[in-house]
Amino acid sequence: MTLQLEGVSKGTGRETHIHPIDLTLQGGTMNVLLGPTLSGKTTLMRLMAGLDRPTEGRVLWNGEDVTAVPVQKRNVAMVYQQFINYPSITVFENIASPLRLMGKSKSDIHTAVHEAADMMKLGAMLDRKPLELSGGQQQRCALARALVKNAGLVLLDEPLANLDYKLREELRAEIPRIFEKAGSIFVYATTEPEEALLLGGNTATLWEGRVTQFGNTPTVYRKPVDATTARVFSDPPMNFLQVSKTGAKLMFGDGQSASASGSLAHLPDGRYMAGFRPNHLEVSRHAADAMEFHPQLSVTEITGSETFIHLDHNGERWVGLIHGVHNLPLDKPLPVYLDPAHVYIFDTDGGLVAPASYAAAA
Amino acid sequence: MEKTVNQKAWFLVLPVLVLVAFSAVIPLMTVVNYSVQDTFGNNEFYWAGLEWFSEMLDSERMWNALSRQLVFSAIILAIEVPLGIFVALNMPKKGFWASLCLVLMALPLLVPWNVVGTIWQIFGRVDIGLLGYTLDKIGIPYNYTQDFFAAWATVIIMDVWHWTSLVALLAYAGLQSIPDAYYQAAKIDQASRLAVFRFIELPKMQGVLMIAILLRFMDSFMIYTEPFVVTGGGPGNSTTFLSIDLVKMALGQFDLGPAAAFSIMYFLVILLISWVFYTVMTNLEKREGA
Repeated sequence: MTLQLEGVSKGTGRETHIHPIDLTLQGGTMNVLLGPTLSGKTTLMRLMAGLDRPTEGRVLWNGEDVTAVPVQKRNVAMVYQQFINYPSITVFENIASPLRLMGKSKSDIHTAVHEAADMMKLGAMLDRKPLELSGGQQQRCALARALVKNAGLVLLDEPLANLDYKLREELRAEIPRIFEKAGSIFVYATTEPEEALLLGGNTATLWEGRVTQFGNTPTVYRKPVDATTARVFSDPPMNFLQVSKTGAKLMFGDGQSASASGSLAHLPDGRYMAGFRPNHLEVSRHAADAMEFHPQLSVTEITGSETFIHLDHNGERWVGLIHGVHNLPLDKPLPVYLDPAHVYIFDTDGGLVAPASYAAAA
Repeated sequence: MEKTVNQKAWFLVLPVLVLVAFSAVIPLMTVVNYSVQDTFGNNEFYWAGLEWFSEMLDSERMWNALSRQLVFSAIILAIEVPLGIFVALNMPKKGFWASLCLVLMALPLLVPWNVVGTIWQIFGRVDIGLLGYTLDKIGIPYNYTQDFFAAWATVIIMDVWHWTSLVALLAYAGLQSIPDAYYQAAKIDQASRLAVFRFIELPKMQGVLMIAILLRFMDSFMIYTEPFVVTGGGPGNSTTFLSIDLVKMALGQFDLGPAAAFSIMYFLVILLISWVFYTVMTNLEKREGA
């Protein structure tokens, strides 16, 4: 089972919402669309589903052109951020509704609904109306409806965004397990990098209507092809600073430097951009060759077990995520340490030149 | 926990008490006062007890007016609610045409009752009215001052013209609040247009429709100005609805006692029916879970 997008784009009038995208999704895989709000996740899903027709390009299902086939004739299921259930009929009827429209027999419907409901832990709620359920249960009902359909393509558009933290964790753990069995193509849109990592599978990062990278989720995380992908796939976003290479040395400014070894050795001299993730910034020296910077500390946010530090490094905003609760003096330079092994090097256009050595090794 | 006593709090409630007293309790008590007394002039009043009430309950005139009223309200609701929903479903959802539609729909609601009456009174006249003249010319007998059927048709069509917009606007508001995702979900489920209406739009509109029905019921049940201007309650008594009858009794014949008793019962009937409506609808809503 494959879904192929060939140069698919979408625009209205002069505006372009989706720039031409080529993407191939395989059956039985979880595919995460990761991008901030308005990056085009929902639009892309609507194109995949056939709710909208692309302005240009083709959509292929198992190699067959389905671009002009309306959504009703395709075998897709979709779950939304809002809890979408039919309000006036019971949970049983809600889950059964796609099957009834398919003209399945009564006993088939009965078995399928109970199976899906049990999987979603709704077995005891089948006689209730959707609004008599909690938010999490309502979304389970919507998920069960998508599941029972046995659709080849299941689209989940930020399905957990409206749930509270605990329920989100619970459902997030269950979703891949449940949908793995079904063997369909799953597409899951989210704004949270963490969610993508927890779901696994493949990730496509979206930025302003472009897929910047598509591949195995940990690979995309560890080896982002460009600075934009790295920024999207990091929360808080990746920090950047200017570096220049002369000979065997990478000059980081503030008199800090690291040796340009490994893949960096062959780089021509010149200016580059270095990036590192917030969790790699440290307030004490751990690695012997760690570089030391003295940015101004502007804000600290304490979340209980972690502290976010917002820094101003020569006009660049950095965010650091450090373990433990730290009471640090504000508006003063704060010594921070960065292990060169955690530094990604991008060229000045944002393309990845060399991944951080820790990631390259993994 | 110790209870705090602060008598000053009464001052905070006072404005509401005064307002309600002057706007509702005192006028109502005046009516109650008249309903239990009789007078033969000279501003002298005698205790009459519940005599007026029993007289009104035995009065065929009131029962006739009440049944006319109920039939009228039932017809009005039966036409305006489905028609309003139908109009709302076919209104554009956004853009210039949506705004234009909203303005056009709101226009009839802005016309004062007596003007509506006058418009239709002239519109329906056989000698100078566009409607009356045309119908007459194409051979349809139409004269709302003489013909029972024509009088009712005129009054009903006039009310439909005046108030369907209200139902349509409320239903439209209800429809607009349905997230697009519902329609998408239905589309993906291959649901028919009818199923979308039955399982998404209708349940989601239920709340506003309840308000629309209540408003239209109460308003139509109290209708006075428009039929008064057009037909004056005629021909005969055929369009003499409750409030027209009441005014005739209170001001035309100056029967203050019976009219007061009538008013109170009128008020109680409206209250009762509205309450029944409300209870049934909210229970329905709970059951439907919408």
